[in-house]
Amino acid sequence: MVTQEASPLAARQPLLSLRKVSKHFGAVAALTEIDLDVYPGEVVALVGDNGAGKSTLVKTIAGAHRPSAGDILFAGQPVEMNGPSDALELGIATVFQDLALCENLDVVANIFLGQELSPFHLNEIDMEVTAWTLLNELAARIPNVRDVVASLSGGQRQTVAIARSLLLNPKIIMLDEPTAALGVAQTAEVLNLVERLKDRGLGVIMISHNMQDVRAVADRIAVLRLGRNNGVFTVDATNEELIGAITGATDNAVSRREKRLADTKQVAGNSQ
Amino acid sequence: MSSVADKQTTPSSLLDRSDVRVTHASGLVETVNAFKDRVRSGDLGSLPVIVGLVLIWSIFTIINPVFLSANNLVNLLFDCSTVGIIALGIVCVLMLGEIDLSVGSMSGVGSALLGVLWVKQGLPVPLAIGISLCAGALTGLCYAYMRTRFGMPSFVSTLAGLLALLGFQLFLLGSTGSINLPYGSSMVSFGQLLIIPTWLSYVLALVPGLVMMVMGIRVRQKRMAVRLSAKSMTTVLVKPLLLTVLLVVVVGYLNQSRGVPWMFGVFVTLVLGLNYALTKTRWGRCMFAVGGNAEAARRAGINVKRIYVSAFVLCSTLATLGGVFAASRLASASQQAGTADVNLNAIAAAVIGGTSLFGGRGSAWSALLGIIVIQSIANGLTLLNLPSAHRYMITGAVLAIAVIVDSLARQSRLSHGKA
Ligand SMILES: Nc1ncnc2c1ncn2[C@@H]1O[C@H](COP(=O)(O)OP(=O)(O)OP(=O)(O)O)[C@@H](O)[C@H]1O
Ligand SMILES: [Mg+2]
Repeated sequence: MVTQEASPLAARQPLLSLRKVSKHFGAVAALTEIDLDVYPGEVVALVGDNGAGKSTLVKTIAGAHRPSAGDILFAGQPVEMNGPSDALELGIATVFQDLALCENLDVVANIFLGQELSPFHLNEIDMEVTAWTLLNELAARIPNVRDVVASLSGGQRQTVAIARSLLLNPKIIMLDEPTAALGVAQTAEVLNLVERLKDRGLGVIMISHNMQDVRAVADRIAVLRLGRNNGVFTVDATNEELIGAITGATDNAVSRREKRLADTKQVAGNSQ
Repeated sequence: MSSVADKQTTPSSLLDRSDVRVTHASGLVETVNAFKDRVRSGDLGSLPVIVGLVLIWSIFTIINPVFLSANNLVNLLFDCSTVGIIALGIVCVLMLGEIDLSVGSMSGVGSALLGVLWVKQGLPVPLAIGISLCAGALTGLCYAYMRTRFGMPSFVSTLAGLLALLGFQLFLLGSTGSINLPYGSSMVSFGQLLIIPTWLSYVLALVPGLVMMVMGIRVRQKRMAVRLSAKSMTTVLVKPLLLTVLLVVVVGYLNQSRGVPWMFGVFVTLVLGLNYALTKTRWGRCMFAVGGNAEAARRAGINVKRIYVSAFVLCSTLATLGGVFAASRLASASQQAGTADVNLNAIAAAVIGGTSLFGGRGSAWSALLGIIVIQSIANGLTLLNLPSAHRYMITGAVLAIAVIVDSLARQSRLSHGKA
């Protein structure tokens, strides 16, 4: 919020905006009045404790859940999403935390699921070539794209899910803990990819519990706590501040941080 | 040292051969070995049912050589077609991990509608058949609605449908109880006599091999053009050749007697059509996806409800078509049509043929192979003058064996990471 004013991005129109989005599961309020903006060419990290509602938020934006209240604006226009296909059509791609792959289908079929080339006579060869291209871009270690996904390791599956999200040239890409199961090289590759997507002008929402990964790529860090917004930070926020906002150990971490930030700015201004 | 380097550089020139850990089959010998490995890891495909079929045929032939006579086999093919078509529909719903228990009654309604509309009301045959099929489609639509709107398990909704349809069949046939279709009519001769002309049957026997070969060569060229590995030319040629030889021998043998029934021809055409739809179209891909993981399919943007509708409608419609064929085969639409073992045989055929009850695995061929197994048992035991009591027991045992093989193969696949 503070950063938004300081940032040059504020002049531009956000690609995606959430306005007071809530989601209830029966008596459980998983999300309460969430506000979030994502600008083109920006990486927003979404952090929060287990059960904070991060995945629920991602699923709501992806059209897999219907919001109970609130508006989702895409490129300034309010959109009504009746299902994941609507989100995909808008250009919102998602890597879900539970990956959502069909284990009985091979890698190519999973990457192209619902988007097969020439629906009345599947073009397996072109699909296979594209699959290899996408996977190579991610430095994937997948022995054979004609193997069923059930035979892949957890990290390989994650790579397949990420490759799938890239297929449609989306405008926004949401990654729900994309590096959770990845090896060193693959994690680096995914972070590289996030940078590249950002340079291409895509909006990226990345969820991660790993603060190092978050700091490496994020422009802003949005904290969720118990289904509510709990502040938006820049990457130079201290770990204590972030952890405070995530766990709620300090009640008014945000306001204190603002004050301190203002102080340091003043100091910086004086020294110049 | 240099040999290691060689190994790592040569395969990487191909897009899909960059991983040195995997052995790839391109030549004929390697392909055969890869097949052996697949079988060992529990990816059995149609192998168990073919082995079972060879066993059953050998036993019956040893007991009574008439079994393998061309004339008896032609009869067998006539009998396969009706329930086989119903089993084809069952494959569709099993693919989604659903079931339709009412296909027997549905086929009974199909034959009753044909009898009432054509014989009693005097409607033209195509119109009567069309109305029957529409009734089937409508029933399927109801099941799909109950499944997608109320989340009602298809086990329950189709059980209710079984009773309702049985009642409807009895209501249609009314007091008379059965309607005889006129002998000499095109319908009855189609069900009992009509044979594909000899020359045409040979031509048709050549087509699959030719198509397979042409497609194989084209796929090979295209794959090489885009730097993907391709099968060797021998592998591409040997399979279609073997298939053609097999088909010509079978057709030639059947032509020693009456020949290949048109009815069976229609059945095989439907099998080929469904096989194409399941393996080569987006709809088929979606069927496998929904059967494997419905939520993943939904999140990929697939309209899951529409897939359910298509499967249930297809199943019920094929069941009515099977009923219409059964009526023409028996030259009557009776209250018994579709009762007794039709239901169970159709479901058993799909499962024996290798379509998994758990969804997401199966093929159209399983209906064909499964029904041949079941009808062979029925036919062989009839030749031995054994009553239906034995037939039920033996068919039951074969079904149990098929499910055991499926479960064992599943465990083996799991332990080999190929679930
Ligand atoms: N389908 C559902 N039905 C009922 N409650 C749900 C459902 N999905 C999520 N919840 C609840 O919503 C809350 C938020 O869950 P969510 O999965 O969004 O957490 P998260 O922030 O992604 O956590 P994690 O870091 O563990 O992935 C949890 O309390 C969870 O129990
Ligand atoms: Mg989560």
